Amino acid sequence: MQEAMINRAKQLLADGSVDRVIGWKRGEFVYDITPAVFTSAEELDADFVYDDFTAANVSKYLVKESKKEGKILAFLKPCDTYSFNQLIKEHRIVRENIYVIGIPGGPKLDAERIKANGITGILGAKNDNGTLIIDTVYGEEKMPYYEALSVKCLNCKSKKHVVYDELIGEDGDILDSNRFDMVEKLENMTAQERYDFWREQLSKCIRCNACRNVCPACTCEKCVFDNPDSGVENKAATDSFEENMFHIIRAFHVAGRCTDCGECSRVCPQNIPLHLLNRKFIKDINSLYGDYQAGEDTTSRAPLNDYKQDDCEASIVHERGVE
Amino acid sequence: MLKISLDKLGKLFEAISASQTLYIPTDREDGAAEYKKYESGMKLSNNLNTLRSAKDFFFPQTENLVDFKMEGKNIEVIDVREESEDFVIFGVRACDARSFTILDKVFLADPVDSYYKNRRDHGTVVTMACTRPAETCFCGTFGIDAAAPEGDAACYSDGESLFIEAHNEKGQKFIDSVASLLEEGDAAKLDEVREKTRDILKKLPLANLTTDNFGGDKLNEYFNSDKWGELSQSCLGCGTCTFVCPTCQCYDIKDFNTGHGIKRFRCWDSCMYSDFTKMAHGNPRLTQLERFRQRFMHKLVYFPANNNGEFGCVGCGRCLSKCPISMNIVKVMKALEVK
Amino acid sequence: MNNDTLIPYIGVVTDIRQDTPDVKTFRVVSPEGGKVFEHMPGQCAMLSIPGVGEAMFSITSSPTNKEFMEFSIKKCGCLTTWLHAMDVGQQITIRGPYGNAFPVETDLKGKDLLFIAGGIGLAPLRSVINYVRDNRANYGDVQVIYGSRSMDDLVDYKEIIDEWMADAGIQVNLTIDNPQEGWDGHVGFVPNYVKELNPSTSKTVLVCGPPIMIKFTLAGLKELGFTETQVYTTMELRMKCGVGKCGRCNIGNKYVCKDGPVFRFDQLGELPDEY
Repeated sequence: MQEAMINRAKQLLADGSVDRVIGWKRGEFVYDITPAVFTSAEELDADFVYDDFTAANVSKYLVKESKKEGKILAFLKPCDTYSFNQLIKEHRIVRENIYVIGIPGGPKLDAERIKANGITGILGAKNDNGTLIIDTVYGEEKMPYYEALSVKCLNCKSKKHVVYDELIGEDGDILDSNRFDMVEKLENMTAQERYDFWREQLSKCIRCNACRNVCPACTCEKCVFDNPDSGVENKAATDSFEENMFHIIRAFHVAGRCTDCGECSRVCPQNIPLHLLNRKFIKDINSLYGDYQAGEDTTSRAPLNDYKQDDCEASIVHERGVE
Repeated sequence: MLKISLDKLGKLFEAISASQTLYIPTDREDGAAEYKKYESGMKLSNNLNTLRSAKDFFFPQTENLVDFKMEGKNIEVIDVREESEDFVIFGVRACDARSFTILDKVFLADPVDSYYKNRRDHGTVVTMACTRPAETCFCGTFGIDAAAPEGDAACYSDGESLFIEAHNEKGQKFIDSVASLLEEGDAAKLDEVREKTRDILKKLPLANLTTDNFGGDKLNEYFNSDKWGELSQSCLGCGTCTFVCPTCQCYDIKDFNTGHGIKRFRCWDSCMYSDFTKMAHGNPRLTQLERFRQRFMHKLVYFPANNNGEFGCVGCGRCLSKCPISMNIVKVMKALEVK
Repeated sequence: MNNDTLIPYIGVVTDIRQDTPDVKTFRVVSPEGGKVFEHMPGQCAMLSIPGVGEAMFSITSSPTNKEFMEFSIKKCGCLTTWLHAMDVGQQITIRGPYGNAFPVETDLKGKDLLFIAGGIGLAPLRSVINYVRDNRANYGDVQVIYGSRSMDDLVDYKEIIDEWMADAGIQVNLTIDNPQEGWDGHVGFVPNYVKELNPSTSKTVLVCGPPIMIKFTLAGLKELGFTETQVYTTMELRMKCGVGKCGRCNIGNKYVCKDGPVFRFDQLGELPDEY
């Protein structure tokens, strides 16, 4: 796949169809891959990589990149295409300046999940029929492949590209994922249990803002939490509930726009399952307003922006709050 | 050297925690290690290092500096400082132990930061030699020997026993306080263990990374490098690297009106943040390129320029593991290096 | 526990004068009377209204004034707006003094001095000018070239007219950007006026004002034959601690709060262009 991508990118650069290519750049190890813009065949040959560890969603970079002069080739995995569409819908990216090639997606691996299994000194990793064989400084180690998957790939919602100019490989289908299972589990907890769950998770937050900065739905020019004039800008936690509010408010702000790409949980240095907050909103929106998948198209009205007479009443909040 | 059998570690922790607060690295549910206040039965983590660094003990993420009471046109300043209680941090790795001496250069320089010094004076750092370094480790680049850590006292394991050695008076006091649990042991096997660790360190992927081409005299060479654009192009401008870093020490000061008065806090800040240098009338670091450059120039050039060549990095590898886009000081050093 | 520089003192505002439409000068004393602390010309202090903000301001009064400190403050942000709205008798918090100072007791001693200021840039230089006037025998010729947008924007106009211009020991040249009724003095930008006046290159120059004014003034001085080692300025960047620890006011490895705010241009030239 990587070779096919490099070759196609080189062709498009050579015939002048595109001026730049956004993809992934090889790192020091097998897993530390950085999103990068390539401008020449030499750069592509030297550093372009697409493998089990290229989990990063590059669509948000297009907000900036598509406003530059010239055309950029973007390689998008199925999940990334939803983010792309949503950004188009929100008029954040300039579509004409982007050539989209759909590429097969994951599942992708996460080195942190390998390390969490006590494996250290990672030099290489390959999947052997469900067993991940890891080459380390201390010899060969094995672990179940499934346990090394990036948290964003555990409940894949779709292998289908919702937007592309061309495809490399075959398109897949929307999957019947069980992505709401954990949400249901949380819903079935008592209020106290649920509160304790989130308090424990969110108390780990170090307010690094990685979740917000990576989120393709968080494209405000100036976030309210960065604005000294907003009154809520703060890096100091005055009380232990401060971080909780940050995440809850952020989840509200991306409700109806979050495509469930899972980048927030992938990048969280404290392994907080932030995507569950967003999934709860997605699940609620589906049940209250009918099934809706943000990013599936660029034209439909988002349920929270669309008033219908048979919309649920505000009292739904109260009714659901009664246990 | 004095030692204690590894299966009696629990007893050692009980004894320490009987007289003062003890913090040890312990595993949490997601497999990551973090320092926690020791409670009976808590197990020492087998992880190489904690997810967050140990800097919190001396430079916490948020702390109350001072309070104010406002009445009419009058202001009352309330000093909220309290003498810290004695505490022990056990199991600190060589990299983190060195980070304290780097933080000391900032906070103990004139004028001394009394908040930091108070905690530093009351904390005893008991280090633990590494035996299984990770691929992300490059402490050797900064002259740190993972097999022989600094600290007030250091521990070495030979697989059966834990040997303890004092490096200063504070460390000796710590050993004396648990002397009844310790016995004289033959440390002969330790040399073998250390050599084995050093052999592994030599084989790590970053073993050949050096600081030879960095330092205080390289200011204009690196500041004006054309590599910064490419290096910073994917940077998200988050504070992950800063906040997991054991040596990042920049801070912000903020006031909050609690309704009963004003609390002034100090909290960690990040030079990667867009508002870090923002003033009412402008910002000298307008794009992520300048902010990104600042972080690495500080560690590789400015800090050594001001501190006799000492670098502002200890090679702990946390930023290598945690940066959401896997951009880090190692990649910066390799890309910038002017031979 | 020792006192900590981050814990401020109380200052009482005993006088407020409206200098220009957007600059007020505040007189500050300790609650017990007298100055809160001593300083040297060019040094700064952190002033704060708790809950509103804290920021670094240059101390505009001369150390030779033994009764009070003064701060000339332009209204431009959250804290300064609050300060402009307060009344006499208000307490504020104050900590310092921070930073280095103009080398009045070393390099400037015995020298002919040329002060060049634009707008609020007079504030830090006023401290030096009055220090020099009070120790007149220690310095050679003194010339002040000061300009502002309009007559109304000249800070400390009354003191300039009543005291400096009446002082035979110093020469004062004022200018405003555009002609104005009631103004029969020079009209034009400061950098051009400096060139017109063609001061002797034997002078040591202290310049402060908006960055663009400093830039053109320095270029003009060079044309006249001045070298960078003869010209001092004072810098301002975002600061939180005031003692070189919070990490944001650096230019290269120099912290403006600690190693500055006063720099000689040849020293600045060695630092990266990031200010």
